[in-house]
Amino acid sequence: MNRVARLLQIRRKSGRWHWTDIAAYSYLALGVVLMFGPVLWLVLSSFKTQAGLLEFPPSLLPMSQREVAVAGFPQPLPLFSVTLDDGSTRVLAQVRRIGIVAQMVDPESPAQQFRIPIDKRTPVREFKLATENYTEPLERFAFTRFLGNSVFVTVVATLITLLINSMAAYALSIYEFKGKNAAMLMVVGTLMIPITIILVPVYLVITKLGLVNSLWAVILPGAATPTGVFLLRQYMLTLPRDLIEAARMDKASEWQIYWRIVMPLAMPALAVLAIFSIMWRWNEFLWPLAVLTKTEVHTLQIGLNAFQGELQTQWHYLLAMTVATLAPVALVFVFLQRFITTGIANTGMK
Amino acid sequence: MTPPLSLRRSAARWLGLFVAALMRLVDWPMRWLQRLLGERRMAYVFLLPNLVFFSLFVFLPLIINVVFSVTGGTALFPSERPYVGGGQYAYLFDCDSFLDPGSCREDHFWRGVANTLRFTTFQVVAMVLFSLVTAVVLNMRIRGRGFFRAVYFFPVLLSPVVVALIWKWILQRDGLLNAGLTALGGQKILFFIDPGWAMFWAVFVSIWAHMGFYTLILLAGLQAIPADLYEAAEMDATPRWRAFWRITLPLLWPNLIVVIVLALIRGVQTFDEVFVLTGGGPGTATLMVVQYIYETAFSNQVQNFGLAAAASVVLGIVLFGLTLAQLAASRRRSA
Repeated sequence: MNRVARLLQIRRKSGRWHWTDIAAYSYLALGVVLMFGPVLWLVLSSFKTQAGLLEFPPSLLPMSQREVAVAGFPQPLPLFSVTLDDGSTRVLAQVRRIGIVAQMVDPESPAQQFRIPIDKRTPVREFKLATENYTEPLERFAFTRFLGNSVFVTVVATLITLLINSMAAYALSIYEFKGKNAAMLMVVGTLMIPITIILVPVYLVITKLGLVNSLWAVILPGAATPTGVFLLRQYMLTLPRDLIEAARMDKASEWQIYWRIVMPLAMPALAVLAIFSIMWRWNEFLWPLAVLTKTEVHTLQIGLNAFQGELQTQWHYLLAMTVATLAPVALVFVFLQRFITTGIANTGMK
Repeated sequence: MTPPLSLRRSAARWLGLFVAALMRLVDWPMRWLQRLLGERRMAYVFLLPNLVFFSLFVFLPLIINVVFSVTGGTALFPSERPYVGGGQYAYLFDCDSFLDPGSCREDHFWRGVANTLRFTTFQVVAMVLFSLVTAVVLNMRIRGRGFFRAVYFFPVLLSPVVVALIWKWILQRDGLLNAGLTALGGQKILFFIDPGWAMFWAVFVSIWAHMGFYTLILLAGLQAIPADLYEAAEMDATPRWRAFWRITLPLLWPNLIVVIVLALIRGVQTFDEVFVLTGGGPGTATLMVVQYIYETAFSNQVQNFGLAAAASVVLGIVLFGLTLAQLAASRRRSA
C-alpha cells in the first residue's frame, strides 16, 4: 500500500496533476488488465476440473466440490450444505439423487438417511488445483512426444542457423572477392520471400529429398535466414581487422580465424540471432502444418492445433497443454526481456 | 532430479572439448582447401552452405512455383504435369465482377482476397492508432516504464496457436466475456457464429498479439526526438496537443511509415491466429488468402497444386510491391 501511496504522490515539476497524467495511468492500468488478464484467466482455468469448466457463470478461482469418504459407501460422496425444514443448516453427503429429491446421510452417523428436495442444498466447495489436467495428458496423449519434437527442431535448427549464417556473414564481411555484390544482392533479395508464397514448391523439394513427415523437413528450409546473415555481418564489420591480420601472420588457417577469433567476438550478435531463431522455431506453424501430417512427428504447435479440433469438449486437457506450451516462452521472456526488446528495437525485425 | 553441480560442470567441459575436437577435425580439410584455393577464395567455401540452402529452398522453389502455376493436373512432380499456359490464372480471374466474390468461378479465392483486404485495412489502422498511443504514453515520465513496456510486449513472443486458444477460451459460448455480458444484463453472443463478430475478434486478437512489436519501433523513434524541442515548446507555453501535432508527429513520421508498411506486409500474409481462432468461419467469413492457398494445395480432397501456385504468385507480386514501398520508405528514413 505504501508503494501505491508513493506512486500517487509523484507529480510533475509543477506539483499538479495534469489530466494527461491521469489519462496515461488509466490507459496503462487498462493495458495491464487487457494484456495480462487473458493469460491469467487461461492459467486459472487450466487448474479447474472438467465439471468446474462447465459452470456458468465461471468462478474466478479453481473450486471444486468437497467429497468425503463415508463408512459403508465404496465411493467418496459429495458434500452439500442443506437447509432443513426447521430452518437449521447441516452439512450432509449425498448418496444418490432421485428426480427432485436427494438421498443424503450425515457423514458422522451414516445410519440415518435424509430425503432432501434438491433446491434446499448447495454444494460445499473448496479451492483445489486440478493438477490431473497436467499429468493425465502425459499418459493419454503423445504430449511428451510433441514436446520432444519441438525441442529437437528448435535446438538443431538454431545450431544449424547459427553455424551456416555466421559462416556466410564471415565471408561477406572479411573478404573481398568476385561476385560479392551478387551474393549480397541474393541475400537481400531472399529477405522478401516468405514461405507463404513458395509453400508448394518447397513441399516438392522436400518430397524429392524424401523428407516428408520427418523433422528435418521443418528444420532445413528455414535454416539459412537472410535476416541472420545481415545481423551477423553488420556486427562482424565492426571487428578490428588488425586482429585477423595478426592471426594470419601467426599462420592461423582461415577456418581457425573464423572459429577461434571472429565467432567468440561476435557472441553478442550470435546471442540475439539465437534468441530470434528459438522464437521462430518454437512458434512456427504454417510450414510444419503442411509438411508434418503424421502424429508421431507433430511439433507442440501442430499437436495443440490438432487437439483443439479433436478435443472440443475436453477443454481441461487443452488448456493445461496450452499453458505447458506457453511456459518455456514465458520463462525465456522473464530472463531475457531487456535483451529481446533492444534486439528488436535495433534490428526492426521479429 | 538434477545431477550434482560437479557432474554438470564436467558434462559442459566434455561438450566443449567435443566441439573443439570437431572443429579441429574440420580444420584439416579446410587447410587443404585453403592451400588449393588461396586465402581469398576461401570466401566461397564459407558462403557455400548458405548458398546451397538458399538455392534449394528459395531460388529453386521460386522458379518451380511459376512452373506449377502454368501446369495442371494433380501430380506433384512437374515432369508429370501437363502444360496449361495461363489456364490457372484465367480460372482464378474468371469473374463477372471483381467486387462480388459470388460471381467468380473460384469464389473462395476472391472471398479470401476480400476478407484479407478488410482484415488488413482495419488491422493496420487500429494497429497504428493503438501502438502510437501506447508508445506516446510509455514515453511520458512514468513510474515503472520497464514493467509497462514488458506488459505490452510479451504477447509478441507467444505462439499464434497459444494466442488463438487463449482468446477462443474467453470468447466461447460459456466463456468469460459472455459471463460478463450476462452479469451486466445482456444476452450471450455466439461470437464465432456471427460473421461480423468473427472478423472483429480476428482483428482484435491479431492487434493484441502484435501491438507490442510496433509499439517498440515507435518508442525507439520517440526516444530519438531531442528533448530540448519540447522544452522550447514548453517555454513558449505551447499546448501539449499542439507540441504533439507540430513536433512529435513530423519527427516520428519515418517510423510510422515503417510501421504501416510492415503491418501491411504481415496483414496480407495473415494465417496462423485466424486459422486457429475461427478456422476461416463462419462459412468463409474470415477465410484469408494464405489459408486458401494452404487448403487448395494440402488439405482439400483434391490437391490442386497448380491453382495454389498461381494464387501464391499473385500474392507474391502484391508482397513485392509492398516491399518496394518499404524500401523506399526506409531509404527516406536513413537519408
